[in-house]
Amino acid sequence: MKLIFEKSVPGRRALRTGPTDVTTTANIKKSLLRERPARLPELSELDVVRHFTELSRRNFGIDNNFYPLGSCTMKYNPKVTERIAACPAFADLHPLLPQLKSQRMLTQGALRVIYETDVLLRQITGMAGFTMQPMAGANGESTGMVITAAYHRDRNNKKTTILIPDSGHGTNPASAAVAGYKVVSIPTGKNGVMDFDAFKKSLNDEVAGLMLTCPNTLGLFNPQIKEICDLIHSVDGLTYYDGANLNAIVGKARPGDFGFDIVHLNLHKTFAAPHGGGGPGAGPVGVNEKLLEFLPVSIVVKKDDGTYALEYDRPKSIGYIAPFYGNFGVILKAYAYILMLGKEGLSRVAENAVLNANYIKEKLKNHYDLVFDRLCMHECVFSTTKQMAENDIHAFDIAKALIDRGFHPPTVYFPIIVKEAMMIEPTETESKETLDAFIDAMIEIAELAENAPQRLKTAPITTCVSRPDETAAARSLNITSL
Amino acid sequence: MLAEIGLTMDELFADIGPENRCRSLDLPAGLSEQQVHNALTEIADKDSVSLLCFLGGGFYDHFIPAAVYSIISRSEFYTAYTPYQPELSQGTLQAIYEYQSAICRLTGTEAANASLYDGGTAIYEAIMMAMRITGRNKIIIDDSVNPIYRVMLRSYTLNLQIDFEHTLSSDGLAGHQQILNDIDESTAAVILQNPNFFGCIDDFTDIADAAHKKGALLIVSCYPLSLGILKTPAAMGADIVTGEGQSLGMPLFFGGPYLGFMATRKKYVRKMPGRIVGETKDRFGRRSFVLTLQAREQHIRRDKATSNICTNEGLCALAALVYMSLLGKEGLRETAQLCADKAQYAYERLTAIPKVEPRFKDRPFFNEFVIDLPSEAADVTAKLIEKGFAAGFPLSRYYRGMENSMLICVTEKRTSRQINDLTEALERVL
Repeated sequence: MKLIFEKSVPGRRALRTGPTDVTTTANIKKSLLRERPARLPELSELDVVRHFTELSRRNFGIDNNFYPLGSCTMKYNPKVTERIAACPAFADLHPLLPQLKSQRMLTQGALRVIYETDVLLRQITGMAGFTMQPMAGANGESTGMVITAAYHRDRNNKKTTILIPDSGHGTNPASAAVAGYKVVSIPTGKNGVMDFDAFKKSLNDEVAGLMLTCPNTLGLFNPQIKEICDLIHSVDGLTYYDGANLNAIVGKARPGDFGFDIVHLNLHKTFAAPHGGGGPGAGPVGVNEKLLEFLPVSIVVKKDDGTYALEYDRPKSIGYIAPFYGNFGVILKAYAYILMLGKEGLSRVAENAVLNANYIKEKLKNHYDLVFDRLCMHECVFSTTKQMAENDIHAFDIAKALIDRGFHPPTVYFPIIVKEAMMIEPTETESKETLDAFIDAMIEIAELAENAPQRLKTAPITTCVSRPDETAAARSLNITSL
Repeated sequence: MLAEIGLTMDELFADIGPENRCRSLDLPAGLSEQQVHNALTEIADKDSVSLLCFLGGGFYDHFIPAAVYSIISRSEFYTAYTPYQPELSQGTLQAIYEYQSAICRLTGTEAANASLYDGGTAIYEAIMMAMRITGRNKIIIDDSVNPIYRVMLRSYTLNLQIDFEHTLSSDGLAGHQQILNDIDESTAAVILQNPNFFGCIDDFTDIADAAHKKGALLIVSCYPLSLGILKTPAAMGADIVTGEGQSLGMPLFFGGPYLGFMATRKKYVRKMPGRIVGETKDRFGRRSFVLTLQAREQHIRRDKATSNICTNEGLCALAALVYMSLLGKEGLRETAQLCADKAQYAYERLTAIPKVEPRFKDRPFFNEFVIDLPSEAADVTAKLIEKGFAAGFPLSRYYRGMENSMLICVTEKRTSRQINDLTEALERVL
């Protein structure tokens, strides 16, 4: 398909600008101006709309079909949240408005949304307070690491390392490292969760904290979670809960009750805000009592007269993580979602998410190697090592064959500690019919892997491209059309 | 389904022992779609949004063509995840490639990434990148760079050993002389902004030359819409160009989601953070797009990655691309010119009020300028709210000695009549 720049026709226009209703002209000398206009496309509105409509047809979202991408919680995004977010009295608010002096702070509605989302998230996680500023999960991790550093600095602790299980999301070690910490990786034990003895051996006074995903990326809940938190606290370390997998326990259990000090949530996962093909997300961070004073400013507070206001006077605060109050548009959608589900609905999220994952696990375990044959939470991890050994069929081939059958593939090759991993997260919003259709497709593919493996090597054949050469892309780099 | 797998719901959750269950869960009962819709649209800020907006400060009230929203609302785009499976993501991937190209064409650079969170984190990522490239840790930053971004930088680098050198602006422009004196062999980068926070237009060619002589980099944060007419950061010699992309087709949305962009020289691409899309061929030789140079990223490199960023602002980047495509070569130039011309009109009208003075007389500006009032700017804006105006941003919050100064922004959406009304209202409250 042609690039939009290749469709450009000199002189063609989509929109009329203006009108100009002033007679003044800006007084900018020529040396400060660009020599010629930027070479942007010259197209009609219809040309542009057709181009992007064609591109959208080369894409696949949750609305198309099942999207069991492990650790990404691709649940259905209710349309009403989009409609609410499009309301101009939210969407067109300038973020500096509440900073103008006024009888009561401007933007009471938006401030209330932020405040009440904070209150709801406290209940859901068992934490004492949230910042809504972090703009994605990894940004929440950065916030958590900076809070960790501020806490230790405040106590004159000289601590240098963060412990992270080797099953953790790649963002965990990256976030700790960019915040100035050394990362110590803890191996996974035979039971699929962090090796407890190895963990205990790595505990020392250097440990600033532990980052943990629970259930982990193998979909397994660590039954020793409380003990782990206690042990970290015994060396005055902090425990960080990566909330990417909260969908497994939401409404059933709370990281705050386990003993976690810092929690980030992915509103674009657990709380149904759409992911946008790579963002925007929102990664609010909750902390317990002892860390409240370090949260970023501003914080939205509710005053005695019932109005909402921004509070800045927090001397130990780490400062600003976002320019203002976070990705408000995403927060608003998550807030609407939580209100709609309510207490009962949220508990059913985890029930159905876990049920769906176990259903798939049981139905497929005779066809693919199940890495840990035990109860799973919201996701299960298979490996294609058997298919690879017998017929040179990799997780990659299974993924491509699924595409031809109308499904988005699971996450493959992650967690990296599992060879040929396929990580399946069905989420709670899928029906039994959809799960059965996916299971049938997986079984059919497993049979092909055994009987006609060469047929899988040519998949996919139904898409606009097939197996693009990624090595060539990195070797002869072409990332811009100039 | 439970029966088919031979388990009860309680058994499914057996791994979470009773001691780990919720101690309390005080949440309201669920609402219907209609109830939620009504409850939220009811509390939406109809009054605040109806104030006539002359606020800028890096975040702008521009007109957004209808087709932007209708295109990004296609659910094949907005309900997709990060494009890990190229066969199902050619739409997102090609759009990012085109976005990268459009950002480069706009800023005059050679290579851009797929997006960062916002303009502030883009500067943070740029200094981390500059330190990786140079192996140095001194960063010079001028106080004409958005103060919000400067405080963000402090937060993000709290636990890092960075030697920040803060220079003071001089009569509305960056403190060129001080910066030139401060650049030395330990300098990783100089951070500047154009137009700067006061709206004034600067040229950093002298600083770029001096930085390059000492092996340091120049990072320029810019307002992308202004590049419809202004000299590009690359033409001034910038090595890393960053900015807030909100002005390219995104609503103000009370602070986000926004769009951080970053572009650089080709030779620094492998040090750049964030997703990058590259063109390649598929097994039949067809043009295809894939995520590339992933060995820089957290999911492969873990603690050695160039950044921890994963989810970025994909849909906002798409909005920016659609906006730039709809306005096109001439439309973007015209829109930028309109903003500057209308701002000039507002400047002339407002500074004609006897008690109002321009703060930086004769300095060229784009669509924002600073005026000095006879009393505290915060009090004046408070009075103007009563009259229906969000008249500007009082600078005392961030700048000492500017208690009476107010930053005023004019976009193409403001009409001469609205500017006249503001002038009249201001005259009356002084």
